[in-house]
Amino acid sequence: MKNRKLSLKSKDALLGGAFMMPWLLGLLIFTMFPLIYSIWLSLCQVEFSADGILTSFVGIQWYKEALTADANFVKDMTSTLQSIVFSTPMILVFSVILALLLNRPLRGRAFFRALYFFPVIIISGPVMSKLMSNQAFTIINPEQFAVYQVLENLPGLISVPLCYIFDNIVIILWYSGVQTLIILAGLQKIGDPIYEAASIDGATAWQKFWKITLPHLRPMILVSAAYTVVDLSGKTTTAMHTLIEKNMMNIEKPYSYSAALSWLYTIVVLLILGIIFLILKERREPKHV
Amino acid sequence: MFKKNNKENIKVHAKAFGVDAIVYFLLICIGFVFLYPLLYMVVTSLMCTEDLINPTISWVPTRIDLSNFEMVWSVLDYPTSLGVSVGFSVACAVLQTISCALMGYAMSRFHIPFKMLWMALLIFIFIIPADVVTIPRYILFNELKLIGSPLAMVLPAALGQGLKSSIFVLIFMQAFNAVPKSYDEAAQLDGAGRLKVFFIVALPMAIPSIVLCLLFSLVWYWNETAQVAMLIGGDFQTLPLQLDAFNSLFGASFSTDFGDTANRLNERYQFAATLLTIVPLILFYLVMQKQFVKGIESAGITGE
Repeated sequence: MKNRKLSLKSKDALLGGAFMMPWLLGLLIFTMFPLIYSIWLSLCQVEFSADGILTSFVGIQWYKEALTADANFVKDMTSTLQSIVFSTPMILVFSVILALLLNRPLRGRAFFRALYFFPVIIISGPVMSKLMSNQAFTIINPEQFAVYQVLENLPGLISVPLCYIFDNIVIILWYSGVQTLIILAGLQKIGDPIYEAASIDGATAWQKFWKITLPHLRPMILVSAAYTVVDLSGKTTTAMHTLIEKNMMNIEKPYSYSAALSWLYTIVVLLILGIIFLILKERREPKHV
Repeated sequence: MFKKNNKENIKVHAKAFGVDAIVYFLLICIGFVFLYPLLYMVVTSLMCTEDLINPTISWVPTRIDLSNFEMVWSVLDYPTSLGVSVGFSVACAVLQTISCALMGYAMSRFHIPFKMLWMALLIFIFIIPADVVTIPRYILFNELKLIGSPLAMVLPAALGQGLKSSIFVLIFMQAFNAVPKSYDEAAQLDGAGRLKVFFIVALPMAIPSIVLCLLFSLVWYWNETAQVAMLIGGDFQTLPLQLDAFNSLFGASFSTDFGDTANRLNERYQFAATLLTIVPLILFYLVMQKQFVKGIESAGITGE
């Protein structure tokens, strides 16, 4: 009896393996091999020869160089980080606002929902860079306004993020399509009874938002935040992408240096995601005895 | 008592009306901000030289000038690039959907060993920036003499390692998880094999996910340029790649040194090219927008 059961189980695993096979093959050939090869390259001096690529191990030389000697790396990493760190919270805030607006039973809701999602369809590297370089995103030139001057003169810690938001408002909105829909779906799952109960207890709309809506949205906001960071870091218009691509065929250090750069970039993205997870993860309610 | 109630009713209605008015106002304002770049692009691309130079004209052209589009049409080699774009993205989308559905089904229904490891890898692959994988893939395909062939993008898609494949695997997994196992068992009792169960029971239940996966793969493959340029490149010119090359093909004739006016003259060609590139996507979205929006809502990304 036991034998029969085991064989059923292993038969099941075998069949599952068959379904999994394409992905597993792809994983090994097109993802795991490149990843491991990329780590190896980042630790090597690469030379081209008639038979192909020659590698000789040099240790963490390229990582050291990037972190200590390459001014471009520090500059581009900072600007990429800046855009991710400033944009992500703004995208989340806008997504929540847009989702709240769209969650009302209004006429034309479907139209606005489709409109706000629309940029997701057309965003691509060349289109974005064409629009950016031709000033299509500058609705108002914020520098004309006195408010902007005041903002600019504030201490850097406050003025830099604020000015960034003013300069990039349209782009931030354009990148919030998917997140808005995720949060909207989350909003629609919060049932009416809980709001009614709160109303009976005399809660104001403001209190309901902070005490009911936001806590219920926490998992959706976490998913959206992770998606946003991955989406923004994968953009081809980021300074880091340009730097990595530029160094790929660097005569003195082909492949190797850009591989090291891309791993440093990965580590930073992972760190950001880790921080986001720590901030937004479900907190356990203290048990009431 | 009755009177007071009535008054209160009116008050409540007036308040609701006021809130609605504010919400509409905000929705329209935000909608304008969303559309502004497109409007600006459309208007500029329709202007003729005189209108662009005339400082009193900023939004409404005096006459509609389609010559910009004629010019750009030939520079972009439009019919060919459109065909390349459509063929390429449809092929990748279909293959990616099939491979992700298979993997999603395996994760949902079978006792595969090391399930947690595969799960962790799926998420890890999703997170890492594409650059990490693209460079060694380039070397790999170079060895295999596949650089320059569309296979360099199609093969990873067919084996579930395409653009954002992980998301689709997870979406399929969620969709299959939502199908009660008793359906499978019923079909098996009636004599269907596991493969038949997959096609006859599981796939029809996952149609919303299939649509979602097809649509998003299509759009993401259409819009992908960095990997396509590096791994295929050469004569294989999709529309966005042509747009990317447009500057070097065309922009050189006007440099930015001419100041604002020359910039705007240059702008109209740039915008006409950009517009032509995204028009197929806009038409596609106009037809399919319900499926896009519904797909995300029903995808179960929202965590059950």
